[in-house]
Amino acid sequence: MYGLGILKGLSVTLKHFVNTYVDDIKWGFAKRYTPEALLVRQSAEARGVFTVQYPEEVLLPQERFRFVPFLVYEGTDEDRQYRCTACGICAKACPPQCIWIVRAKDPETGKPLRRPAEFYVDIDICMNCGSCAEYCPFDAIQMDHDFELADHDRETAHIHDLQRLGKPVEYYAKIRPTYYAAEQEAKAAKAARAAKAKAARRKDK
Amino acid sequence: MNEQVAESEGVQLDAAVGSVEQASQALREAFPGKVRPDEREGYEGVIVDADALVDAALFLRDQLGFRYLSSVTGVDYANDGLLESVYHAYGAESGALVFKVQVGCGNPEIPSLVSVWPSANFQERESYDMYGIRYAGHPNLQRILTWEGFAGHPMRKDWREPYYEEEHKPFKTRHPDGGVFRAEDRNPFGRNVQYSPGFDPAKWEDIAQSAVYDGLMREVKEEGLQTETITVNVGPQHPSTHGVLRVVVVLDGETVVDLMPVLGYLHRNHEKIGERCTFPQIIPYTDRLDYICSMSNGLGYVLAVEKLIGIQPPERAEYIRVIMAELTRIVNHLMAIGFLWNDVGAYFTPVIYAFNERELILDLFEMVSGSRMMCNYMRVGGVFEDLPAGWMEKARALVYDRLPRFVDEFHRLLSENEIWRSRSMGVGILPAEQAVAMGASGPLLRASGVPYDIRRVEPYSIYDRFDFDVVVRHNADVYDRFLVRMEEMRQSLRILRQAMNQIPAGPVQTGKKNWTMKVPAGEAYHRIEAPKGELGFYLVSDGGSNPWRYHVRSTSMINLTPLAEMCRGHKIADVVVILGSIDITLGEVDR
Ligand code: SF4
Ligand code: SF4
Repeated sequence: MYGLGILKGLSVTLKHFVNTYVDDIKWGFAKRYTPEALLVRQSAEARGVFTVQYPEEVLLPQERFRFVPFLVYEGTDEDRQYRCTACGICAKACPPQCIWIVRAKDPETGKPLRRPAEFYVDIDICMNCGSCAEYCPFDAIQMDHDFELADHDRETAHIHDLQRLGKPVEYYAKIRPTYYAAEQEAKAAKAARAAKAKAARRKDK
Repeated sequence: MNEQVAESEGVQLDAAVGSVEQASQALREAFPGKVRPDEREGYEGVIVDADALVDAALFLRDQLGFRYLSSVTGVDYANDGLLESVYHAYGAESGALVFKVQVGCGNPEIPSLVSVWPSANFQERESYDMYGIRYAGHPNLQRILTWEGFAGHPMRKDWREPYYEEEHKPFKTRHPDGGVFRAEDRNPFGRNVQYSPGFDPAKWEDIAQSAVYDGLMREVKEEGLQTETITVNVGPQHPSTHGVLRVVVVLDGETVVDLMPVLGYLHRNHEKIGERCTFPQIIPYTDRLDYICSMSNGLGYVLAVEKLIGIQPPERAEYIRVIMAELTRIVNHLMAIGFLWNDVGAYFTPVIYAFNERELILDLFEMVSGSRMMCNYMRVGGVFEDLPAGWMEKARALVYDRLPRFVDEFHRLLSENEIWRSRSMGVGILPAEQAVAMGASGPLLRASGVPYDIRRVEPYSIYDRFDFDVVVRHNADVYDRFLVRMEEMRQSLRILRQAMNQIPAGPVQTGKKNWTMKVPAGEAYHRIEAPKGELGFYLVSDGGSNPWRYHVRSTSMINLTPLAEMCRGHKIADVVVILGSIDITLGEVDR
């Protein structure tokens, strides 16, 4: 019969239509965007409406999600101890070359120090590739989860300087818990090894 | 109506006589003194004298069965004062026969091979545009990616972009003395264009445009109403051209008399950028070619580099790569079918259903790579990182349960729809012979009855370990291309299930990952069966850390070659449907 194919197709559409309401009722209209609900709604079990009403409702990024980089510092906001040693590997590895680093110099001797005096990332050029974080030997530069960078003034605001790039290590631990845990574990293991070696040396004496 | 996939033999590309070795031997014997082996270290194939090129090509095609010309491109060996045109031809089951023609930089002219292999058409134009090699006898030798007033040939080694800093990255100014500048200050709008010497924009007449219009066929009617044809520009800003593609169409009433795609609106000189980068730095740029399939682009590129270096990734990485590539194929076909339906006017219902499933796959991509579309996941000798905890469970739930059900549902929704059938059946016919001659690949080729799938004829990575069918259909119309894609999703799911069952534990990287590496001198061409068709990467290394030549054999661009052929005689409304059935991404067409 002519038109049967169309009717068959429409039955699929009808099913989807009904499903959206079933799903709404299941979650209770207000609770569809709780983190627990999103966990199911972003999985193979998802039924019903897929869209979210951004910016009121925001999907959570995955742990590995990457957006323009930030520099990890230890200590407080007033006394920032950047992990960065100004080795320059990230600036070299960056495919569009949007990282600029000025290495700090000892004011008296003029010898280069292992920290940056200035650090810039041009986020207009940054392609969010993650190479800088991938190749940094000190886990000092990391990719961020904060993607809401819209701005009124791109002339001045889109070159991030050291102040703007710096974020505390607690933030890093929060957005990348597995990576942070692995890092801490490796550090602890290294410290334990060093302690053991020290003890052994003392025994030798 | 038989809905089953025809698994028959179909029209075959002629079997090549013997191996590539024998073929090149035969070629040398047939043209003594004109064809000699390429003896440079790390190079393959033969060098043909320019005056014997057309005869040699005919001999290759007709006597030796190399009926498919995959890639044509130029290389600038500036140090030797030579320009080279490189060709990769394939038979039904053979590897590539590589042949080259060398000419001096001063007056580079090479006979055109469009008469032998029409698939050379766009590619020779590209090579002319980028290198200034003139292909004598080409029916329409004009710039293709840049515009006619463009100064110089951008892929020549002595050509410099307006924002030029240094020959190779990394640039010295970045560290340790910073010196930050805004790119726009150094290269302000208006001055980021180079004009040819003596060029005055105010007095300029766009001859190229009129040439486009004049070059198209027009019918002179002897009988009936003496109607005039009209010329219509579809695009570059048109919702159904899938991006910034412009198609100049000559119409007689509503019927297409002739048409021509005009490319280059999204051209960004990807290959030059690539040649400035170190080998691994190119990987994130490949994501931006066909931005729907970034995983397969990356795969194609790293396979080419690995071929050049001669390394293998570990087992686990191989499996992960296949899993990602096949998931990408599903994403691509979902989108291709969805947008094809948009083009026929089923406004957004199918495409949104398809997007639901795509979202779930993109979630998986985001989990492993950190990005949904610009994955940057493949690495030379491995992949970025191992699968995170919980990934496999999520992926299994999709591949074993949800996606198979969805594909069935999609079938129910679409395949039998009478309106769709009347819009697509018998529309945009591309006979097998022409498909092969014009270099069509992927679902476009297989829907024309040619069972040619690189995963099967020249298995790369570990595709030889999986059971899957090469999907072929024989009506060569829009509807069959749609069905081929539908069925390929099922086959991808089949491969995915096998790969997920077999994947071993272990490392995912051979050697140490680094942002730069020395690559031995030589050349390599690697092609993969990307979702849209044959995606090839041609690399030449001079032994340094940056490629001397980096070329992308763009599936989408070459698949546009038969567009005019398919559209002639159809209505203007069918043009968008036929274009949709080719499935192009402008990021890859224009590069
Ligand atoms: S961020 Fe890391 S790679 Fe970059 S300069 Fe600092 S320590 Fe070196
Ligand atoms: S994310 Fe990529 S482009 Fe951006 S700063 Fe890091 S290396 Fe450069």
